[in-house]
Amino acid sequence: MKLDRRQVLGLTAGAAVFAVAGVRVTPATAAAEDAAKRIMEFTGGKQPASGKITLKTPEIAENGNTVPISVSVESAMSGDDMVQSVMILAEGNPNPDVATFHFTELSGEASATTRMRLAKTQNVVAIAKMKDGSVYSDTRQVKVTIGGCGG
Amino acid sequence: MFTRRDFLQYTINAGAALGVAGYGANITRALAQQKLTQDELLKFDSKGQITLLHFTDVHAQLKPVYFRPPDTNIGIGDYAGIPPHLVGEEFLKYFGITKGSPLAYAHTMVNYEELARTYGRLGGLDRTATLVKAIRGERGDDRVLFLDGGDTWQGSYTSLKSNGQDVVDCMKLLKPDAMVGHWEFTLGEDRVKEIIDDMGYPFLASNIFDNEWDEPVFESTAMFEKGGVKVAVIGQAMPYTPISNPGWMFPKWSFGIRPETLQENVDKARGDGAEVVVLLSHNGFDVDRKLAGVVNGIDVILTGHTHDATPQAIEIGSTLLLASGSHGKYLGRVDLEVRDGKVVGHSSNLIPVFSDVIQPDSEMAAKIDEVRKPHETELNRVLGKTENLLYRRGNFNGTWDDLICQGIIEQRDTQIALSPGFRWGTTLLPDQDIAVDDLYTQTSMSYPSVYRLEFTGTQMKEILEDVCDNLFNKDPFLQQGGDMVRVGGMSYTCSPNADMGGRISDMRLMSTGELLEADKKYVVGGWASVNENVEGPAIYDLMEKHITQKQVVSLHDQPTVKVEM
Repeated sequence: MKLDRRQVLGLTAGAAVFAVAGVRVTPATAAAEDAAKRIMEFTGGKQPASGKITLKTPEIAENGNTVPISVSVESAMSGDDMVQSVMILAEGNPNPDVATFHFTELSGEASATTRMRLAKTQNVVAIAKMKDGSVYSDTRQVKVTIGGCGG
Repeated sequence: MFTRRDFLQYTINAGAALGVAGYGANITRALAQQKLTQDELLKFDSKGQITLLHFTDVHAQLKPVYFRPPDTNIGIGDYAGIPPHLVGEEFLKYFGITKGSPLAYAHTMVNYEELARTYGRLGGLDRTATLVKAIRGERGDDRVLFLDGGDTWQGSYTSLKSNGQDVVDCMKLLKPDAMVGHWEFTLGEDRVKEIIDDMGYPFLASNIFDNEWDEPVFESTAMFEKGGVKVAVIGQAMPYTPISNPGWMFPKWSFGIRPETLQENVDKARGDGAEVVVLLSHNGFDVDRKLAGVVNGIDVILTGHTHDATPQAIEIGSTLLLASGSHGKYLGRVDLEVRDGKVVGHSSNLIPVFSDVIQPDSEMAAKIDEVRKPHETELNRVLGKTENLLYRRGNFNGTWDDLICQGIIEQRDTQIALSPGFRWGTTLLPDQDIAVDDLYTQTSMSYPSVYRLEFTGTQMKEILEDVCDNLFNKDPFLQQGGDMVRVGGMSYTCSPNADMGGRISDMRLMSTGELLEADKKYVVGGWASVNENVEGPAIYDLMEKHITQKQVVSLHDQPTVKVEM
């Protein structure tokens, strides 16, 4: 790639604008750090493992203002094999909080569906907290695009 | 993966005929008929109990067309250098096709103009009808499934004026067993439902769900018994229709690739006794190539949307993938031999529909004449003439869009023009007249307004980066199909392999050579915005005026995009 950075910089004197307008995929932002902090608060400092929890999102949002997502956790939902709560975070939103779902034995199964607003292309994270103290997470990137040129 | 034997029938070298440049249909007919016969085109290694016929992306072209294949079709990452990302000489080499042969003309732009004058136009629904009838006759109706891959009802003057009814009436005569959709949805939800209720064959979509209740809007699957074998056909609509096209025209429907849903539908079909599972898809080639490795249990994917054409089916694991081109140029055929509930053998071929060689089906020809008759005078009205080859396909530009961008800049007095990277639209040879019919093959659509707005340099970069990421994302599931938005009045450098935000650089105004500035505003015109209530003249009216004023179209080669791989 022979990209002359000086020219790009000359062009994009206000390069920060790109992050705001949301065409960049850069998870390492202040919002992502904020999200990481929330996760630690939620899990009590425990690093979530992968597995058990499945987050479903569209690959590309049809409308960034209302993106459907669903989450489910494998669990017997009785005895020690219980999901207590599931937290959803959007790493790239000005405020990463989306929702926290609480479950009881009467829930029967640990699954939930909701819609969220996404300001730009970003990772959505779902974290499940189990009764035995274990935590699991799943992450999916959702693309938010201008669209309009498909053939 | 493919055998040379299957191509021999088409590869008689046309070299001797190349010196003869004929214009009239009679001359190309004579030349084409020297090289080919209808029987040769139909020659096929018939196999097993089932024949699948695939017809896709005709874009309402009822009559034969010239259609120049792309000179640039870049694949990214794992998808580089393999079908469909091969063009020109590379394509010929990979598939063992002789230069100058009829197949070389159908599949590549090598010596396009000369070969077009030799072999003539391809397609025409009356020619396709002849092939379909012949194959049904040879194999028996009870062994053949004829499947329409969508993008059928949009793309011509008559389809626009009749809201797709002209094509629907013609397709009814061909009696497809099922179809899927994409541009169909730009007729709006009500019209789509009205046609489906009337057309007499299933409209399938495994991946369209109601926004409110998250329930399937259409049947996902149609079951058939063919040649004593149970066959399930599952449909996929273009996954990103509400993003690539105006979602407000069908606001209740949500799309997406939905591989999990597809897996469930495949499993259900198998559970219901299907011995063969066929996916009739408008996903696009790379999406389907990836999908073949993600979803288990699909025997054949008949793929459309990206207008790619593979001379034969390609094997991806245990799934066959056949791409049957566009604009009626080809009829795809796959024969399957099934034993003990499993596909044990196959043969496949993409039959090029040489219009000067294949006898038109009289019933279909009469229907095409009937639907065009009320518009005949307007269709044939000549607006001007072209000195250049006018074509659209290619990742970055084509002369038709150069002309459209020129029209927007001059007619709407803008600094920059944008024309969407559509892959539909036919070709005109140098010195051909430009008639109304031709103009509408490039512009016929239900949201044609040409906007005139001010964008900052930053916004221009955002737009180009966004479209570029939809085309060159390393993950095919994030590609929407189509090509790069065409740009007039401005040049830039594109690095397809870079990440989003880093692909577009060196954006300059062509008039002065100056770099675009981030905060400075530029007057930009463009068409086919997906937003509601866009104001401006329709692109076909604007271009009619432009071509009429020019009289003779003469485009100077002025490359606007520098590609750095």
